[in-house]
Amino acid sequence: MDMEFDKYIRLAHGSGGVETSAILEKLIFSRVEESLKRVGNGVGIDFPDDAAAIPLPSGDYLIVTIDAYTVNPPFFPGGDIGVLAASGSINDVLMMGGKPLAMLDSVVVEEGFPMDDLSKIIDSFIDILKKEGIALIGGDFKVMPKGQLDKIVITTVGIGLAKKPIVDVPRVGDKIIVSDYVGDHGAVILAYQLGSDVSTELLEKSRLRSDVRPLTKLMLPLIEKYGDYIHAARDPTRGGLSMVLNDWAKASNAIIVVDESAIPVRPEVSFFAGMLGIDPLYLASEGVAVLAVDPQVADEVMAYMHSLGFVNARIIGEVRKSEKYSGYVLMRTVSGGFRILEPPRGDLVPRIC
Amino acid sequence: MVNQLTNNQARLNGVCLPQQSIDCWNCPVIKDRINVAELIFRRNIAITRRLREYIFKFSDILRRSYGEDYVFKIMDFCGTHEWTIVHFGIRSLVPNNVELVAGPGCPVCVTPSYYIEQTIKLALEGVVVYTYGDVFRLPALKPVNDARSLAEAKALGADVRIVHSIVHAAIDAGKHGKDSVFVGIGFETVAPGYAEAALKNLLPSNLKLMSLVKLTPPAAFYSLDILREKPNDCPVMGVIAPGHVSTIIGGKAWTPIVENYGIPVVVAGFEPNDVLMAIAEILRQLARNDIRVVIEYTRAVKWEGDVKAQSSIRTVFETVDSAWRGIGYIPKSGLALRPMFSKFDAFEYFGIKDLTPEEWRYDLPPGCKCAEVTLGKAKPTDCPLFMKQCTSDHPVGPCMVSMEGACAVWARFGGGGLSMEIAKDLGLVM
Repeated sequence: MDMEFDKYIRLAHGSGGVETSAILEKLIFSRVEESLKRVGNGVGIDFPDDAAAIPLPSGDYLIVTIDAYTVNPPFFPGGDIGVLAASGSINDVLMMGGKPLAMLDSVVVEEGFPMDDLSKIIDSFIDILKKEGIALIGGDFKVMPKGQLDKIVITTVGIGLAKKPIVDVPRVGDKIIVSDYVGDHGAVILAYQLGSDVSTELLEKSRLRSDVRPLTKLMLPLIEKYGDYIHAARDPTRGGLSMVLNDWAKASNAIIVVDESAIPVRPEVSFFAGMLGIDPLYLASEGVAVLAVDPQVADEVMAYMHSLGFVNARIIGEVRKSEKYSGYVLMRTVSGGFRILEPPRGDLVPRIC
Repeated sequence: MVNQLTNNQARLNGVCLPQQSIDCWNCPVIKDRINVAELIFRRNIAITRRLREYIFKFSDILRRSYGEDYVFKIMDFCGTHEWTIVHFGIRSLVPNNVELVAGPGCPVCVTPSYYIEQTIKLALEGVVVYTYGDVFRLPALKPVNDARSLAEAKALGADVRIVHSIVHAAIDAGKHGKDSVFVGIGFETVAPGYAEAALKNLLPSNLKLMSLVKLTPPAAFYSLDILREKPNDCPVMGVIAPGHVSTIIGGKAWTPIVENYGIPVVVAGFEPNDVLMAIAEILRQLARNDIRVVIEYTRAVKWEGDVKAQSSIRTVFETVDSAWRGIGYIPKSGLALRPMFSKFDAFEYFGIKDLTPEEWRYDLPPGCKCAEVTLGKAKPTDCPLFMKQCTSDHPVGPCMVSMEGACAVWARFGGGGLSMEIAKDLGLVM
């Protein structure tokens, strides 16, 4: 069946959902020997997480992550591909429990791309690194002939150090906390891409912005104070909150029960998502953290997040043990009924980050 | 995601047609939709609770008169209603003597494979094909030069573009001037847009319309008849009529159901409380023996419907017998362009022979129960392929493709009772 339908690469294969997991497994992971999927007792492609962790002789871990950014359009309300490329890899290091230290970048740009635009993008990129005190220690720059690349692709490598990496295996009883409104970035990009004139006009009037930003000010203090109690941390980028929760339900062999009415979603995001027929829980965020936290300290952690300025942080659900079922996310709907929150499938929104 | 575009575009089209320069954000209708829909019909849990009390009260009265085992089947005729029912877990909120059944409510699901094969053929011949997102992945029965869907034709180099209205196709096709076709699948909601485009001459000469519009009431009557044929089973006792479609055809279009079948009809909106209100009203009518058509979705639907839209549809289209995928011909259930608008007709321009009742052949893949699911004779979980060979990643039957298809909705939100089972296992419900 698979063979029959997958003779060609489809956009869905790169959407970060079920199809991406399947093609990575088939094309890459299955061809790499188990012993070469990680270094020592670190974390690598043997486990779906934000970044790799390499054990160092000092006992610390080197955290490394790589991501290619191809967002279309490159400039959007709330940021641009430069901010995204810097923040994205910084956040991946943070979600792995690391303190970001350095970055490498590879810029591939299309012949004829306006120099002013490129300069703005690089300014945004450098600006984030400067504010965060992160060194740019290497990179690459290439130009492709016109028509052989759509504008620009930026790839960044994020490097950091962790005392103890946060390997995402939530435990039964853990509370699920989200740090902020979900789906803002996805909704903005979606409105542009599906972008009829009507939706772009609506977007401009709605004051909706991408939430793209580094989460250093949230995560470093949290890791410092509650590191041992945070059993999983992820930023819900492609695939949205749904992808994170589904990954975690599988990793923990349990059921994650979430309360739909507790999940913070801006009315504008709800409206766009509704208009375009997509659940906001599948939309990417680029400045939100999802955490699975020991229930004993969950309220305390949430209060601490509020004190750090993340006033919308909320407990949205918990990890439960079921005798018969595992690996599902069960949602109590706003009406009080129940449904399964399925992982994202298909090309929900192509080229979101 | 584009899957639901047609659908949701229709929500908007119910009140206005997409034009380029409308200020939607300040449009009172849209503001109303956000505020009213969110505050009253979606998130108002107090109203939800009251409605459930009514539903349980009337179902108890009915249980006393019809007996413990009598199940009141209520059928919806719109993919978006089924979506609401599954998405908000409505089935877990109604008593066990009320069963919600999905009926024919998905135009993409019932478009014969023949037409999909013809569009794939055009696409591979270099014609630019404009389509809604859910039509894009729709599998045909017979592959054309290796391509089983427009998506696969695109991967082979064909120019297939996803749009969410004919207006966008017209603007785009006007820019490039190449031979193009708009695959006009839909119910009554899309017809006024197509009609206006023809009447106002909005289509550039290189863009042709393949009208595959289907009409809802004939299919509703057809499936109610079919479900009465089965002995020893409870017939459908109430109908939740489609809100979008009724904005065009009006509440009055459903009176034949009351007259011929003697069962309640409620034209409902698409938020959970709309649907719960429709269920409560149907049960009330049955308990009080007060059977009629009631419009619950008064914020969009009038008794007479959109008279202007009806008149444009009549001017441009004629009602024809039409083939439904896996089902066959249903009399007077489709719309074809009238001869005076033949200059827009894709069949004429590209020399495509239309399907005839003699030539129509059963056009679902082996094992696929999409026709039964569409008619409410089977649930998605009754199909041997459901979630086995047929999944949202690799749909075998058309009901798994469109987000208006019952199988796709159930697959995406764990319909079919799994969510209830898990909730029970965790002790979250009794």
